[in-house]
Amino acid sequence: MVDLSVRIGDVELANPVMPGSGTFSEVMESVIDFNRLGAIVTKTITPDVREGNPQPRVTEYKDAMLASIGIPSKGPDHYVNEMVPYYRQFTSPLIGSVQADTVDAFGELVAKISVPGITAIEANISCPNMEQDGRAFAMECGPTERVIRRMKDATDLPIWAKLTPNVGDITEVARAAEAGGADALVVANALLGMAIDATTFRPKLGNLMGGLTGPAIKPVILRMAYQCARSVSIPIIGCGGIATVADAVEYMLAGATAIQVGTANFIHPDAMIRIIDGLPEFCRQQGMSRVADLTGALKLGNADRPARDAAI
Amino acid sequence: MTPAAHSISEMECRVVGHTWVNDSYRHLVADAPAIALTARPGQFFHILCPADSVDSPFLRRPMSVYRVDRGAKRIEFLYKVAGAGTRTLAVLETGDLLNVFGPLGNGFSPAVDARHAVIVARGVGLSTLAPLVEAAIADGLECTAILSARSAEYVMSDDYLSGVGASVTTVTDSDGTSDVERVEALVRGLISDHAADFIATCGSNRLLFMLQRVCAELGVAGQVAMEQRMGCGLGMCFCCVSPFRSGGELVYRRVCCDGPVFDIQEATAW
Repeated sequence: MVDLSVRIGDVELANPVMPGSGTFSEVMESVIDFNRLGAIVTKTITPDVREGNPQPRVTEYKDAMLASIGIPSKGPDHYVNEMVPYYRQFTSPLIGSVQADTVDAFGELVAKISVPGITAIEANISCPNMEQDGRAFAMECGPTERVIRRMKDATDLPIWAKLTPNVGDITEVARAAEAGGADALVVANALLGMAIDATTFRPKLGNLMGGLTGPAIKPVILRMAYQCARSVSIPIIGCGGIATVADAVEYMLAGATAIQVGTANFIHPDAMIRIIDGLPEFCRQQGMSRVADLTGALKLGNADRPARDAAI
Repeated sequence: MTPAAHSISEMECRVVGHTWVNDSYRHLVADAPAIALTARPGQFFHILCPADSVDSPFLRRPMSVYRVDRGAKRIEFLYKVAGAGTRTLAVLETGDLLNVFGPLGNGFSPAVDARHAVIVARGVGLSTLAPLVEAAIADGLECTAILSARSAEYVMSDDYLSGVGASVTTVTDSDGTSDVERVEALVRGLISDHAADFIATCGSNRLLFMLQRVCAELGVAGQVAMEQRMGCGLGMCFCCVSPFRSGGELVYRRVCCDGPVFDIQEATAW
């Protein structure tokens, strides 16, 4: 019997697999069993009601999706009154995802949704679509530390900071989030990109720029998860192009404690269940009894070295 | 642990037929498991298009179901080869597996006391409306199909629809019968002389706008099946929103899960 449980600070998860924010909703209940998920992360809500960005909102590349949705949100009251009671019927811990335009608005929003039924709050300080030119809190250390501290002051719930990959050195922002009191880091949100239709000379997205996600970005985000894991002492939740058991294992070996499946839910809606089903078998083949032992188990150095040394 | 009964599923369906209908459209028939056979007219499947050496479609492609044959346990699609997704789909051969996810969305819903349904289909819109004809006739409705196409070559399914009991009228650009004014006269005639009380359309903005006007003027119920580029097909990603009229203002709705069939008066474009 392989132990799939992992621990994100004080939060114990039955397994390390959860959806990436915005790639999951209650309609998935028609497809998969929610009680099997390590956690449920809901779509980001904003303090106000938003319609989102103009069409077209999505285009694709090989193994990647480029999208600019713009956080359509029904606001915190709808979330607390409708979503939280709905998700409380399931055993999986509920993680609320929030985003706001200012430090204080983040704090107020977090306070509003800190209700029974919520296990932790993911702070989407990284969504690339809402700010001018795609800028976000998590692009700079000062704002990152301030906004996380403001949220920690506003709630007793754990705060998971979702970082943006659109930075020069993600470890600086990771340390700033840790200094602000973050209980875990989600690494990372979408890569900022754009696409142009060469026949019409027009942008392929209504918002010009959007977030690139999917298997194509996995090597970039995996590298960032590895760098963050080496730079902070709080847990890392890997998120970027994970679609298979092997992808999940790679992130854990790089130092992630848990993983989020995002865009893969759009292609294979049972992708999370396939990973949860596949992890025990993977661990058995490796002679491991706990999936948590994968975290940070990356072996560095040249695997051929002993053989070469022996040959000399 | 007993698995929960799920109404939507990803399924591998064996292709049992895949033929060209004309130089643009292909007809695909596949064996389908029980969940797929629950698809209602107007619902769609999200199709995983295989990669080939030229195209690598990443996202699934929404495709409305053209026919559900519950006796033979098969689902059918009629589609236009138009982009990367349908190009790779077009090379599937008999015996290959087709990966579908569904059935998705809300189908057509004529009133329970409706007596005469009229479908007005342009081009690819026919593949969405065809199953409504068969279902409406099975439910005891009279049904008239107005099929509009560029030329006679692109009029499809007229024999099939006649065969299930519909009155079929074809109009084409090439013989000058497809202009909106002529189609409007046909529809008005069906309403006034043949008690048509439900109109469904798909495939043309010009026909949609005409039908909105006629239905509003004469108080006839109608629905339109919409197309939109989609991500997940389930309502999670919010890629496929379109503006709709509601209570005097425009509201954005997801075509995949709030539709793809909408009240004809609420749509702002096909």
